[in-house]
Amino acid sequence: MMRVAKIAAIGAAAVFAALFVGWWQVDGPGADSAPGKRSLPLTAMEFSLTDQDGRDVGPETLIGEPSLVFFGFTYCPDVCPTTLSDISGWLDEIGPDAEDVNTVFITVDPDRDTVETMAEYVSYFHPQIQGWTGLPDQIAAIADGFRVTYEKVEAENGEYTMNHTAGVFLFDATGRFVTTIDYHEPLEFAVPKIRRAMQNRTERAES
Amino acid sequence: MFKTFAKAIQSLSVAFLMGLPMASSAQQLSENASIVVESPWARASLGMSRPGGAYLTVRNEGSDQISLIGLRAEISGMASIHETRTNSDGVSSMAPADDIVIPPGGMFALEPGGYHAMLMQLQSPLVEGETFPLTLLFSDGTELEITVPVLGIGARGPEG
Repeated sequence: MMRVAKIAAIGAAAVFAALFVGWWQVDGPGADSAPGKRSLPLTAMEFSLTDQDGRDVGPETLIGEPSLVFFGFTYCPDVCPTTLSDISGWLDEIGPDAEDVNTVFITVDPDRDTVETMAEYVSYFHPQIQGWTGLPDQIAAIADGFRVTYEKVEAENGEYTMNHTAGVFLFDATGRFVTTIDYHEPLEFAVPKIRRAMQNRTERAES
Repeated sequence: MFKTFAKAIQSLSVAFLMGLPMASSAQQLSENASIVVESPWARASLGMSRPGGAYLTVRNEGSDQISLIGLRAEISGMASIHETRTNSDGVSSMAPADDIVIPPGGMFALEPGGYHAMLMQLQSPLVEGETFPLTLLFSDGTELEITVPVLGIGARGPEG
């Protein structure tokens, strides 16, 4: 009987060890952050896009407050509405302070996502969320700065879908890239990351 | 082309294998009580040009393995199950899913970020507060029609 318990305990320990190693390598402090893959600071980017109200926006629009940025497209039935819903939940959790966080959904499908489309789409989510679109070469420029990849994929009956980087990018108020919040990352992990980026700003303002 | 053909053969053979021993009771199977669908919901759509997405959980309470092989819905000119995958670089992609095998006593959830019912060519918009019928097609010939409530675009799960 004791032996069975011992084997079970060793087995459980092995499972936990394997899970821990996996987490360490994939999400934890041991995660590979290849320098080439990290987003540039906003201060090093150049792009010119249009927001949901038709205003010109660029990297300078985001500098001065912490920012959450997500790339997607409005024809996306699953990942994009889920992420925008998740972001809405994080902003709700942060409460009134969330007004100081720039939150932007940028389309990787400018052919179909016009300013009007973006305006209607973002209106269904947290009021803090903006929707930016622009000329294809400007979308390419911002994607390059963020080290985001996107690709048009032909689907059935002549339609197409987009493959795209799905994480949420977090920048502090100086425009420095802080971290990504992975697709579908639980609120308990996402909100402290955002608060930390907001904290950076407060500290800087006080010093 | 070849892949599609191979897939057709595959699903055909599955249907054939699963169908044979049950052929005599095919009529009853259309009212298969051992397949239970729970928590269906869909997101409201932005007009009719974009594909809609719906989610649900299928439970196999029978004693035979069963596969979910397809969907049919009047509201969609082309309904199918799609799978979202996110690779190690964080890039998400979406593609039609293979047949979904559910063992006896097992369950399978279509949920955000995994599998979803992809409702292309919407014939009418998915309006929050309304419902629409969706038929699930199984490998044993069972066709199960369920009613899917439409929640807001910003819904995160069956509770809204």
